[in-house]
Amino acid sequence: MDVRRRYVIPGDTITSGPYRPEQNVTLVGGKKIVSTVVGVSEIYDNTVKVIPLAGKYIPKINDLVVGKVIRHTSLSWELDINSCYVGFLPATDVFGRDFSAHADELATKLRTGDLVAARVANFDRTRDPLVTISDRDLGKIDSGDLVEIAPGRVPRLIGKRGTMIQTIETATNSVITIGQNGRVVVACDDAEGLLKAKKAIRMVNSMAHSTNLTEKVKEMLESGNGAPRETTTTTITTERREDDRE
Amino acid sequence: MGGREATMVLLDENGIRCDGRKVDETRHVMIRAGGLKNADGSAYIEFGDNKIVAGVFGPRDVHPKHMSDTDTGILRVRYHMEPFSVGERKNPAPSRREIEISKVIKEALEPAVMLEMFPRTVVDVFIEVLQADGGTRCAALSAASVALADAGIPMRDMVAGCAAGKVADTVILDVNNEEDQAGQADMPMGYMPTLEKITLLQLDGILTPEEYEKCVEFGIKGCMQVYELQKKALSEKYFDGENGRGGSGRSQKR
Repeated sequence: MDVRRRYVIPGDTITSGPYRPEQNVTLVGGKKIVSTVVGVSEIYDNTVKVIPLAGKYIPKINDLVVGKVIRHTSLSWELDINSCYVGFLPATDVFGRDFSAHADELATKLRTGDLVAARVANFDRTRDPLVTISDRDLGKIDSGDLVEIAPGRVPRLIGKRGTMIQTIETATNSVITIGQNGRVVVACDDAEGLLKAKKAIRMVNSMAHSTNLTEKVKEMLESGNGAPRETTTTTITTERREDDRE
Repeated sequence: MGGREATMVLLDENGIRCDGRKVDETRHVMIRAGGLKNADGSAYIEFGDNKIVAGVFGPRDVHPKHMSDTDTGILRVRYHMEPFSVGERKNPAPSRREIEISKVIKEALEPAVMLEMFPRTVVDVFIEVLQADGGTRCAALSAASVALADAGIPMRDMVAGCAAGKVADTVILDVNNEEDQAGQADMPMGYMPTLEKITLLQLDGILTPEEYEKCVEFGIKGCMQVYELQKKALSEKYFDGENGRGGSGRSQKR
């Protein structure tokens, strides 16, 4: 019987059973399945994969990402998506099919430095990832605080069927957008809730592979510890959020 | 080299070497993963009196652009010795020797790193030798491999490095500076333990076919010991303590 979950480093043999190799593993000699990264190996049903603990975000088609506009040409924007490739957002995606490079000015829609929730529409080895914002819930992010976590910890932040993120959202009454590239945007009307939500996200990031994490996060959210310090921090956060709106 | 004894007994009648080791014993090795904040991945190694830091960036955009390859990522390695790393000041400009070592380390890492997953990108490896005492290329290779794993770059296997050699007609493991200068042969090796493949093999000196076989056997044995410490260094950084960042990330062997 194979161990279902364990810590692995590159070159560690996970199993030699009849499993299908998935992410971050490689087949050696047609039999042995070997990890290629530092992480936690998982044998689930008939598949084997490794959840990485380090490394950059690799775009995947249909991933929701939070990008930052780096620059724009007359035809497209380039987004920093926290990866080794830049996200390519064509102007037609925003202006529609009747886009004209002469008539439409791209800076009216998205400026350099803007945060954008986008979806990876197409990505292969030959070109940079093509992203789109023409879908529900996508587009420019107007409000909220950005928290960056390791891309490998994103599944943990979401939790099984979204349990973790639901716990945080309901407890703090906030709206959280999670990009698969490790960028998380937290929007909350209540300054204290915002602070708590951010703290919870950072906690998941730093304790990603401890057991019973959802319970621990719940406990932290309910306890409301560090109350005297929170009052001072709250004012600072409120001020900054007002600055953002200007 | 500067001020060393000219008539040194490299191997005494009891089979003990000039630094008190047995013929099949490596020096004290310590590896630590991480440690540099600004690099994507890093490692520090102490291999006897060798002290080496390795830092890794990437995968990232290739500059200059013309170096990029549309089919695969590329690997760039810079091995550099600090001016204070040896007895007499070393000119910090890259020497013939450093360019050669950069090249062989690059070629020793290439079979392990899965560069084909990141076309049009580069993985940069920077190796700084702070203190040198023979066998720096093997130590540097071992550190670079840990730094690559720390950066989360997919690898088929780790690469461990260790030298074997010959002094006083005897095959020895892990050649130090004195043995390198006055010995009969020095054979640095790089080895991928799971794949059981040799990625680096150089030989300076003369060996008989039997001695060569024994050197390879010794070298692999040394690499396996280094590999265990590489594993330990990475698990200490990533898996120790509840938050996974606990532990000092140190691993030692005597």
